Amino acid sequence: METGKYADIALQSIPAYLRHNAKRLGDAPAFREKEFGVWQTWTWSQVEKIVTDFALGLMDIGVKEGDFVAIIGRNRPALYWSMMSVQMVGAVPVPLYQDAVAEEMGYVLGHCGARFVIADDQEQVDKVLEIQGNLPDLQQMIYIDPRGLRKYDHSKLHHFKSMQETGSLASEEAKAELERRIAELNFDTVCVMLYTSGTTGRPKGVVLSNRNIVISSLNSCKFDNLTDKEEILSYLPIAWVGDFIFSFGQAAVVGLRVNCPESRETVSADLREIGPSYYFAPPRIFEAMLTAVVLRIEDTGAFKQRLYKYFMDHASKVGGPLLDGKSVGFWDRLKYRLGEFFIYAPLKNTLGLSRVRVGYTAGEAIGPEIFDFFRSLGINLKQLYGQTEASVFITVQPDGEVRSDTVGIPAPDTEVRIGENGEVYYRSPGAFVEYYKNPESTAETKDGEGWVATGDAGFIEEGTGHLRIIDRAKDVGKLSNGAMFAPKYVENKLKFFPNILEAVVFGAGRDHCVAFINIDLNAVGNWAERNNIAYSSYQELSGHPKVLDMVQEHVETVNRSVAEDAMLAGCQIHRFLVLHKELDADDGEMTRTRKVRRKIIGEKFGDLVSALYDGSQQIYTETEVTYEDGRKGKITATLEIRDAALANANSALAAE
Amino acid sequence: MKDTTQGYVAEDGRHIGGVMMEMKNITLRFGGVVAITDVSFDIREGEIRAIIGPNGAGKSSMLNVINGFYHPQEGEVWFRGKKRPSMPPYEIAEQGIARTFQNIALFKGMTTIENVMTGRQLMMKKNFLWQLLRLGPALDEEVKHRRRCEEIIDFLEIQAIRNTPVGSLPYGLQKRVELARALAMEPKLLLLDEPMAGMNVEEKEDMSRFILDVNDQYGTTIALIEHDMSVVMDLADRVVVLDYGKQLADGTPDEVQKNQAVIDAYLGVEH
Repeated sequence: METGKYADIALQSIPAYLRHNAKRLGDAPAFREKEFGVWQTWTWSQVEKIVTDFALGLMDIGVKEGDFVAIIGRNRPALYWSMMSVQMVGAVPVPLYQDAVAEEMGYVLGHCGARFVIADDQEQVDKVLEIQGNLPDLQQMIYIDPRGLRKYDHSKLHHFKSMQETGSLASEEAKAELERRIAELNFDTVCVMLYTSGTTGRPKGVVLSNRNIVISSLNSCKFDNLTDKEEILSYLPIAWVGDFIFSFGQAAVVGLRVNCPESRETVSADLREIGPSYYFAPPRIFEAMLTAVVLRIEDTGAFKQRLYKYFMDHASKVGGPLLDGKSVGFWDRLKYRLGEFFIYAPLKNTLGLSRVRVGYTAGEAIGPEIFDFFRSLGINLKQLYGQTEASVFITVQPDGEVRSDTVGIPAPDTEVRIGENGEVYYRSPGAFVEYYKNPESTAETKDGEGWVATGDAGFIEEGTGHLRIIDRAKDVGKLSNGAMFAPKYVENKLKFFPNILEAVVFGAGRDHCVAFINIDLNAVGNWAERNNIAYSSYQELSGHPKVLDMVQEHVETVNRSVAEDAMLAGCQIHRFLVLHKELDADDGEMTRTRKVRRKIIGEKFGDLVSALYDGSQQIYTETEVTYEDGRKGKITATLEIRDAALANANSALAAE
Repeated sequence: MKDTTQGYVAEDGRHIGGVMMEMKNITLRFGGVVAITDVSFDIREGEIRAIIGPNGAGKSSMLNVINGFYHPQEGEVWFRGKKRPSMPPYEIAEQGIARTFQNIALFKGMTTIENVMTGRQLMMKKNFLWQLLRLGPALDEEVKHRRRCEEIIDFLEIQAIRNTPVGSLPYGLQKRVELARALAMEPKLLLLDEPMAGMNVEEKEDMSRFILDVNDQYGTTIALIEHDMSVVMDLADRVVVLDYGKQLADGTPDEVQKNQAVIDAYLGVEH
């Protein structure tokens, strides 16, 4: 039994909370999904019935305690319910990224020895069927959407609805057995296993217990006063720990209303219809929103543009302080109110952010302009720092202490310390149990006292106690002249330009830094249209001399900003090229959560890296690409290499 | 109902029923020009039937004969065991025949859902005045039809463009909206005039999947004209080949592919 601090928490599993909610909130909406153009609603008691029936159905096809059940698909209530049912029968849900290609899926399914798969639709079923030959443990599959699956062999394939019906007719013994299994769930039972995409090597299965998830969820809800009145939109991959905490953990412990979009393409329209009060998005989504706003404003008439500029300038001056509750003069307040009426409120409404009470961004550094833009509108956007192994929360920004360059103070019940090499360590109730079937990695990451290494280098700011992250610890290296090399730091500065989608900086062990740049097709394409620059493909646009000029300007701006920091001045970019293809997870160049895999990119484009260092002015290259269906093709290009001006006179000499 | 031939089992195990429509010795002339000469073939219940041929072979004319837009000078059209008299296209539509067009014929200024709703027009029973008031029974009726249209929109995965005017949509999506409108009529027989013309590989794959799904889910019989041979060979149960208005061959994709006359017509032959 639990002792100490958490001894008074009686409900120790998600199924227990589900029952609690069904009693407490009964007919209140729990889940919504837009289907056939209408928001369909399920109440907590309906959900409890469905989840229980489906759990009985799972027992009927032989799901045993401790089995791994893979869950694949987009954000749908039925998949969240499936995870609850799987937990009820004592098995472990393993959500997977729906856009993973069959081979990647095969690795994870094989690694955990999943005996059952619950898949969204035909596409996912097909992928699993393709690789089932290599999966001796796989026994049965369940699908949600029957479309196109009618003709499939149904001896090992079941429809979610029909399993639910079987479950509703279950015998008394079966029901008693289910009750026994539910009663056995406690803080030490495994709640979920999530595979980290990992910027290096194979994905690792992070085992999180009920203790991890329930306590992290309770603590974080308390931190932001989240209640059962909160609306959230669940649109981020279900295999990602963030979505698991927000749409599943927090949703269950306090009873958030989970809204699922109609399809992947309708997310922004659905966001507007739901108007969530608690919202989470990685920086790239906020970036895309801001880009869209800027472009749309450029399309309006002169008067509207001036109005927008006038009030946005005012917002950037007083919006942030107002949000932080600082004192602002009477006239400025009045002007802000006017701005709210003319610009801010309609803008927030268009973006679907009118009702956001608490908003978070995490996963990557966010550009200060983007961050300040949303805060100046009066949206309480904050940053947090976390990882899968921590059940998300390591540090969080409390209301009133929000800044774009820190990630906040330690989350409730969490201790943070900085190791001798500058690496960030934490100890918390959310800290994971182990990496599944990988004791070496577990031992490397988590020590006997429960301290977990994050792999990130950072420091705690004096005075405020806020944590600041510099880079991945193992990426922080040295140039051959001994200067510090922090690629992510520079890449983030580059990515803050809307025109630059991704950047990859090389330089460890070399005498200077070079970079690959990926342009943002939306932003640059739009710019090209406005400037009458014709292009027929991504490749052509990315190689256009004017685009290169523009990127060069950005790189040089970054160089100037990097040079300001004496410690990192060596990280200025001497030479760069603009890549002819977008870096893609399907080609293994990025993780599914869109983090660049620097090492793999360096090996794959080895010819380009050496060209950047040997002084050549252009390079011909052939690149293999993988299409969405797994087929491979080749693209060829001749890339121009540019030299960037450096802010420091001494190193400028080195770059000819 | 009179079945002239027994059904058969298709390559993928589907059971194909008896004859739904039979074209008997069709000849179609426009003044002195003969578009179709003495062509005979049948379409069976639940089948995917393809009509192929080089440019100007008379494929679209054939489709227009099937849906009653053209009346052949010679020959008979039999539908569900009855000889079909010459009748206007809307009456034929009421019999359960819907079509899409080679060069897209949507209402460009209207949104996707509005276009799809026009496919239900023939089934709306309340008169114009009721519809104008949009009250009581007329509203109930509209809600009922709207639900059906939404199912089709979901089926064809075009939710994201539900409220977008179709004129501003890319070509591939317009084709899909047109298919949605045809499906909204709940046809027994669906005629598709070059459903994949002008599409890229991915769009073609999507469209092929939708055609197979329509056939599978709703049991709709489909007759299609298509230029892309690989698509036809994958989709169709049986293929009829036309050239200069004459029938060159009729059979399964494999049989047709091996037919010398067909190879000559497609690749050209030295005379």
